[in-house]
Amino acid sequence: MRDVLQAADITRALTRISHEILESRGSDASDSASSPLVILGIPTRGVLLARRIAAIVETLEPGAVVVGSLDVTMYRDDLRAQPTRAPAPTVIPQGGIDGRTVVLVDDVLFSGRTIRAALDAIADHGRPQAVRLAVLVDRGHRELPIRADFVGKNLPTSRDERISVRLAEVDDTEGVTITS
Amino acid sequence: MRHLLSTRDLDRETAVHILDVAEDMAEVATREVRKLPTLRDRTVVNLFFEDSTRTRTSFEVAAKRLSADLINFSAKGSSVSKGESLKDTAQTLAALGADAVVIRHSSSGAAQTLAESGWIDAAVLNAGDGTHEHPTQALLDAFTIRRRIHGAGSRGRDLDGVRVTIVGDILHSRVARSNVWLLATLGAGVRLVSPATLLPADLTGWPVTAGSDLDAAIAEGTDALMMLRIQGERMHAAYFPTTAEYSRHWGLTDERFARLAPDTMVMHPGPMNRGLEISARAADSAQSTVLEQVANGVSIRMAVLYLLVAGGAEAHA
Repeated sequence: MRDVLQAADITRALTRISHEILESRGSDASDSASSPLVILGIPTRGVLLARRIAAIVETLEPGAVVVGSLDVTMYRDDLRAQPTRAPAPTVIPQGGIDGRTVVLVDDVLFSGRTIRAALDAIADHGRPQAVRLAVLVDRGHRELPIRADFVGKNLPTSRDERISVRLAEVDDTEGVTITS
Repeated sequence: MRHLLSTRDLDRETAVHILDVAEDMAEVATREVRKLPTLRDRTVVNLFFEDSTRTRTSFEVAAKRLSADLINFSAKGSSVSKGESLKDTAQTLAALGADAVVIRHSSSGAAQTLAESGWIDAAVLNAGDGTHEHPTQALLDAFTIRRRIHGAGSRGRDLDGVRVTIVGDILHSRVARSNVWLLATLGAGVRLVSPATLLPADLTGWPVTAGSDLDAAIAEGTDALMMLRIQGERMHAAYFPTTAEYSRHWGLTDERFARLAPDTMVMHPGPMNRGLEISARAADSAQSTVLEQVANGVSIRMAVLYLLVAGGAEAHA
């Protein structure tokens, strides 16, 4: 097992992502100051990361974002391959996602299949102006044409290595490790 | 969980889990697209040997919200009425590729027979078997009570300390039986109020208190008052003199309704006999959960279908 990110590295990465999210707003033609960005975390750890990002943005520019969670369990393409998974709550912030920019947040980007499921789920909640993707770790090995707009750390891995993201809110420790 | 046959064999953890998944399913109804792709290409069969509009429709809506294909196979107008046995019917449904069979039958134990028969590999959901059980009704009742009490903070909670009074024909009621087991498992205190003729003779092992005085039960206070339907179709003997007499002693009349605490829920599994076991005023009041029960029934049935059908075949191994 090898440490890849320590607690301080995670905080630094999220701070940078928060700045990048704010800066990127100008590039979305119809973004208006009155309509906040909608940050949606994918359970479990994506939700925690989304809340942290939203808290950082709030200190930089109050009112710029609202935060929620988007469960993708019901949209997965591998439901039949494993025992039934327990879904997690979906919370769409007040005002919905129609016409707004949505930033999806997840801990690790791997095959891209979770994000594919998330895009389907989003379509059932409304029609956003744009959908962006922020991840703490991009470990490669994509199986679908999906890429992240905001990346905490690019981490070249081999397919059989395991990436573990631990966050203080739900785990005893905080950090990202890689196990071969 | 492979089948849902009764609430008696559900443990607390499983029951709370079903209610929690139903919370997520209830959220779907609030969205722009009220449909999930989860059970695409899965086939759910409604196999109803007994009349039912509400339960059958509720399962139908639930299956469709999950994108499953649904086949309504009712005994009337099918080869069942020509004498086809349950075995032949089951094997026919298996050959048609059914992934889940929702069965209602007038014989107690029919669902279990189907599940254990080996005639069909599908998940079996008991939608009411004789006077035995009706597990999804009890689950939706528990869900309704939990939501009324805990609101948005319902997830993960049981019904510890909640007082539920079930009134009416306990003897013939599968709704009452399923509720007794489930509510007790979830920590609620259950009291049965019924004419002596409509109470099972032997209540040994039932986690309840029983009596025949509705006014005493109301005076003691209760968090939920569940009025059972007087089932004309199962009343083959004279269990009480007249319906007026029944109503006077065991009906939720306007006068009794006025004596309830303002936060006592008034529940009824439907269809209601207004003026018999429940007055129109009680049924239409803000304390009535009747329409919530209908909406929650869809969420519960979605949750159960999801939990039984979504996983792969190997997941059951």
